[in-house]
This record gives sequence, C-alpha cells and structure tokens, in this order.
Amino acid sequence: MRDTAIQVVNFSHFYGQQQSLKNLNLVIYRREILGIIGPARSGKSTFLTCLNRLNDLVPGSRVSGNILIDGQDIYQPEVEVAALRRQLGMVFATPVPLPMSIYDNVVFGPKLQGQTNRGELDRLVEDCLEKAGLWAEVKDRLKISALKLSGGQQQRLCLARVLALKPEYILLDEPTSGLDPISTMKIEDTLRLLKKDYTIILVTNNTKQAARVADRTAFFLMGELVEVNETGIIFTRPSDKRTENYIEGRFG
Amino acid sequence: MARPKANDRLIRISLLVVALSAISILAIITIFIFEQGLPIMAKYGLKNFLLGQDWFPSEKSFGLLPMIVGSLLVTLGALLIGVPLGLASAIFLTEFSTRRVSRILKPVIELLSGIPSVVYGFLGLMFLVPFIRETFGGPGLSVLSASIILGIMILPTIISISIDSIRAVPDSYREGSMALGATKWQTVRMVVLPAARSGLVAGIILGMGRAIGETMAVIMVAGNAADLPGSLLAPVRTLTSNIALEMAYASGEHRQALFATGVILFVIIMILNFLANLTARKQSRK
Amino acid sequence: MKKHFRLKPRAEQKVIQILLYMMTSVAILVLIFILAVILKNGLPQLSLEFLTTNPAHMGREGGIFSTIVTTIYLTFIALLVATPLGVGTAIYLTEYTSERVVTRIIRFGAECLAGIPSIIFGLFGFILFVNKLKFGWSILSGGLTLAFMVLPTIIRTSEEAIKSVPAAYRLASYSLGSTRWQTVTKVVLPSAAPGIATGVVLSIGRSIGETAAVIFTAGSALHLPSSIFSSGRTMSVHFYILAREGISMPKAYGTAAVLVIAILMINIITYYLMGKYISRTSPE
Repeated sequence: MRDTAIQVVNFSHFYGQQQSLKNLNLVIYRREILGIIGPARSGKSTFLTCLNRLNDLVPGSRVSGNILIDGQDIYQPEVEVAALRRQLGMVFATPVPLPMSIYDNVVFGPKLQGQTNRGELDRLVEDCLEKAGLWAEVKDRLKISALKLSGGQQQRLCLARVLALKPEYILLDEPTSGLDPISTMKIEDTLRLLKKDYTIILVTNNTKQAARVADRTAFFLMGELVEVNETGIIFTRPSDKRTENYIEGRFG
Repeated sequence: MARPKANDRLIRISLLVVALSAISILAIITIFIFEQGLPIMAKYGLKNFLLGQDWFPSEKSFGLLPMIVGSLLVTLGALLIGVPLGLASAIFLTEFSTRRVSRILKPVIELLSGIPSVVYGFLGLMFLVPFIRETFGGPGLSVLSASIILGIMILPTIISISIDSIRAVPDSYREGSMALGATKWQTVRMVVLPAARSGLVAGIILGMGRAIGETMAVIMVAGNAADLPGSLLAPVRTLTSNIALEMAYASGEHRQALFATGVILFVIIMILNFLANLTARKQSRK
Repeated sequence: MKKHFRLKPRAEQKVIQILLYMMTSVAILVLIFILAVILKNGLPQLSLEFLTTNPAHMGREGGIFSTIVTTIYLTFIALLVATPLGVGTAIYLTEYTSERVVTRIIRFGAECLAGIPSIIFGLFGFILFVNKLKFGWSILSGGLTLAFMVLPTIIRTSEEAIKSVPAAYRLASYSLGSTRWQTVTKVVLPSAAPGIATGVVLSIGRSIGETAAVIFTAGSALHLPSSIFSSGRTMSVHFYILAREGISMPKAYGTAAVLVIAILMINIITYYLMGKYISRTSPE
C-alpha cells in the first residue's frame, strides 16, 4: 500500500486548561498534499505547530498521545528539536521575511548548519528561488532587503527559504490568506510541482483551494478531526453531515 | 545529537549568572547602605533622626529634620516651576504650534536634557544667586534659587516625555472629539490629556526623581546651612548635599550617620514613587 | 443661552493659547539662554592648546588634557563592565524566562536602582571600592561606581529594544531550525542593535556628565592617570572645582563648553540611532 510518513495516534493538545486538539488519529502518506480545512479556531494551525514542535515556545502548551514521523515519536526527550524543524519546513499565514537581504533569507537555515561554501550557497539560492517561482523576478537584486518585496513575492521567498533546508515535509499555514489571486495561483502551481519531492500539509481557510490542490482533505472542527478522505470524496460525498454543511458554506 | 542541547543549557546558565550578578549588584548596594545606616539609627533612635533639628555630628547629634524638609521643599519648588512650564510647552508644541516649529524645537530640548547638572548649578551661581540677592535680599543662596535651578534642570525631561506621550494619543481621538463640536482646547483638556495621563505622570516622576536626587547643582546654589529654612530666601541643605559635603572627611559614627541620611533619602524616593504611581493608576481607572 | 455657550469656549481657547505660548517661550528661552551663555563665554577659550595641554596651577593655567583622558578612561571602564552585564541580563529576562518570580525580582531591582540618586552610588563606591577593597581614589573605583550607576539604564533600554523585535521573526527563525541562542544572536540582537546602542550612548552621556558619584571615588588629582589605580579628575569634576572654588571662571567656561559640545554630539548620535531604530522596527 501507500507509504506512511506521519502517524498521529490518540493525540491531544492543551493550552493551559483549554483543550485545543481532541484525540486525533490520522495517517499522512509520503509525497501527497494533505489539505486541512475547517473554520477559524478549529485547531488546524495548532496541529501544524504540533508537528514541528513550534508549540513548545508557547507557555502553558501541553500534549498527550503520539506523533510518529518516519517511525520516530517526536515528543521523546532524545529528539533534537532544531533538526526536527529542519525536517518539517513551515510557511506562515503572513509572510515573515527576516530583516536581511533576499540572499541571506534563503541561506539562513543552511548557514546555521555551518554551510559556508560560497559556490554551493549560490547554487542553492538559485535552485530554491527557481523552485519557488521567484528566481526570474529577483535574480538581479538578491542583495536588497527582503522587506522591499511585495507580499506575494515575500511569501514565495519564505517558501524558497524553507526549501533551502532540504526538508522532507512542508507545512503551510494558510499561505495565501493575505495574497491576491495571481500570487495565490503562482503558489498553488508551485505546490503541485513540489509534490513529487515533498510531503505537503496545507492548512487553508479557503475550501476551494483544498479542492484545487489537495490529494486528500481533512476536516477539523473545534479541535476534532471530523473526517479525512480523498479530496474528491470529501467534496462530493462526505460521510459526516457537519463536513457537508461546512463545505456548502452553511457555517464557518 | 545531544550537543546543541548541552550548549543551550550552558548558555542559559551563563546568562542566568550574568542576570543574577547584575541583580546582586543592585541588591548589594541596597543592603550595604541599609547595613551601614540602620545600626546608628537604632542606637540613637529613629525619632531623633527624623525629627531632631540639630546636626552636630562631632557632638553625636544627628537630627536630619532640616535636611528632610530641605529636600522636600526644593523638590516641591522644582515641580511647581518645572511641571506647569513643561506641560504647557509640551501641549503647545504638540497641539498648537506648526509642525516645523515642534520639529526643530523637540531635538533642541532633548539635547538640553543631557547637559550635566553642574552646568545648571554653575549658571545659577553666576546669574540667579546674585539676581535674587539684589532683588529680594538675603544671601541669594536659598530655597528659591535651588528650586528654580532644579525646576529648569528637569524641564527638558518633562517636556520631551510629555511630548512623546501626547503624540502617542491616536489622532482618531482628536477627530472624534472635534467632530462632536469641541474646540481644540476642549479636545486637549478632555480627551488628549486624560489619554496621555500615564505618560505625563511618568515624566513628572522622572523629573521629581532627578530633582530630589540632584547633588552638585544644589550644593552650588542652596547655601547648605543645616538649619530649618525660615523663608524661601533662607539657605537650605538637602539630604544629598549633606552626604556630599561631609563624606570626604567623615569617619566612625559620623560616616554611619551619612549612610543613615542615604537610607532616609532612599525611603523617601520609594514612597514618592509609590504615591505617584498610585495616583496615576487611580485616576486612569476612573 | 446657546450663543453664550458657543462663544465661551472660543474665548477660552484664545486665552489658553496665549498663555501656553507665553509659558513655552519662557521655558525655551531659559534653556536656550543656558546654552548660549556657555557657548558664548566658553568658545573663545577653546583652542587646540586648551584641549592638549595639562592643567597647571590648580587649573588656573593650561588646558584640560588630563581631565579629558580621565573622563574617557572612566567612561570606558564603566561601559566595559555595564554593557555585557546589562545586555546579558536583558537577553535573559526577555528570551530565556517567562514572566516569573525571578524575572519580576530582577525587573523590580533594576527599577529601584534606576531611581537611586547618584550621590548614593558615590557613597557606596567610596566605602566599598575606595576603602574596603583598598582601590583608593582611582580610575577603577570611579569606573566601577559609574558602571553600577548606568547598569539599570542599559538593562531597561536593552529590554525594551529586544521586546520590540516582532515575535514573528523569532517564530520564523525557530521554524528554520535554529536553536534559541542562534535565534538570539542571528535575528533578535541584530534587529535590536540600534535600540541597545541608544541605551549605551545615553549611558556614556550620563557618565561624562556625572560629578557626585565620581568625585568621591575617582578623586580629583590633576595629573595624567598612569594606571587604573591612579586617581584622576574628570571634566565634570574639574569644572565643578574650578567654579565652586572660584579658581578661574574663563577656564570653567571653557571646560563647560567642551562638556556641552561632547554631550551634544552624543545626543546627536543617539538621535540618529533612534531614527534608524524606528525606521527598522516600523512595518514600512
């Protein structure tokens, strides 16, 4: 059968007293795009930050259950969090270029790893920007501040920056929520291309986007995973009434 | 694999050591002052220190009342001069002057806040003291001179902090008030100033702290007699001056008494800060 | 009745506006008068010779070279000690702890210390460094005393600067696989640098202008200091002694002018850094 990449087993997450994810069970396959849809505050973004353990940074954050990535339980004490985060690159809802040049943004991760060979870094920058669909637009001004780019360009830069980590997985948290339709289309095209090399988890508040690019889609509601299935099935014959209502726009 | 984690712990611990040594420096100073000052206060009685009117260290008479009154008087005087002038300037420069005027004057005022206090004291000695002596009589070195000099000294601080806090009030507040038919002044008085209150109070507290803590400028213009001042034109000695004037040659109990002066100064400053913060909080809750 | 109400606020506004204008003029004129007097009487005293020769006859003759050197030494030691301590503390408070008891104690301590008059630092430094530790009246005693005095300022300004670095930068940095220390050194500190520098430059200004804390710890010897254990007289102390003991008014004005110009330059640097800082932290 299909190759299991991530296995989520009886997983719950809490902020202080409040439970934000309730007993999730989910399998994510290698080289697929899994779309996650659901209304605001349904736990979609929290789920992503649980996968790369960014939630560790939030005071009062607690988990129970297991997440196995390539067979390794990521909440075991021997796990090196920084290495884990390089494995699961993340793109945020608002583009967050660091206050440095375009070039330095892309090589930020590799440099942390101690990579200093100028030629290799140059090649990496070109390669990653190319894959993210930004190279043609910025190749002559790699040294200018990344803050000077437009929103859509910044978001593609953030994607390139993630690719430079050479991750296995790409986590996207509503990556096009602040972008215009053309930038959104460019990013979606890029994701389809990236699918052959990466496992992609795409959280989106735009159900149509999931329908366009996801292989399978999961529906989250109030911290619960309501159902997950082939995208075609979710959008045409959902097995849960709540999924149907959400997709048809009755709430959310 | 475990290496970055060990590094992180090492860095965390070294930073904690740095932070703790910084805080322990702060603690040591406080403890040191109290340790040196409290025993003598216990020996001769707190009442004698706070209410005694005679300061004759060589005869074991350590009455600090004249200095306590002196410090409070000149600080009050400085605030009476500095606060109205400072607030008025800040209001004028933010709300009633053209942009260009305030854009030129604000940096100038901020530059002036860095001028060493001895310079203020010196000019007080050269110009203000003779002026007061000739106009109002008395020695010139007086409560009045000290108050004026300190009032001027704290002006730049009060003006620049007040300007910042008034500017921080969103324009939408002003527009909302003007749209309801209020005049500019009504808007300032009823909307802008209340919204900026906490910043204004912070500026006044800072100015007050500088005034009560100032030493050299006060020594130059206050006359420094260790007696209760009979009038605004009489010379006065503050707690800070008391320490500075006698520290170099004091020894034994005399030196301890200077530390006791430090303790009282310390406590007064804490109480003033506390009261000022309290009023600020109370009023903003309304 | 209606007419009465409409007129009154306008008249009030006029009166207030005139009053504010007058008070502002008084305040500004007084401040500018101070600057003008110092510069008018001081600038004629200034020459290369004044800056490069040592004082002679208690300062009645000669220049102020040794006091400039002493001022620089003291300020340098003060910042050398206070900057790493202050910035390190600020990093610990903002990046390595959450709001807890330790943090609150440190912050409270820093705030208390910020309100303590400089003469108390002088008293403390005099007893501890000069007497108990037997450093004597020296550059070292004076520098350490100043370091303690400016420490709260550096902690506070650094903390503010670090706190104003957007949280998203940290999150982005962590998500790219950096450790906490890498995030601090590669992302947080570079963004906060102009703010931190502003605090340091302000502290330099305070150190140069300080008299009370220095006169009892560094002493007032007029010769050129030969080591950190020799006594020295800073410009501020020199100015104070010249003026208070009536040694030489022209030299006093000259020294004051040098002090004021130095402080003005430092303020201009601060202003420039602040501008840079604001333009960097604001979204545009």
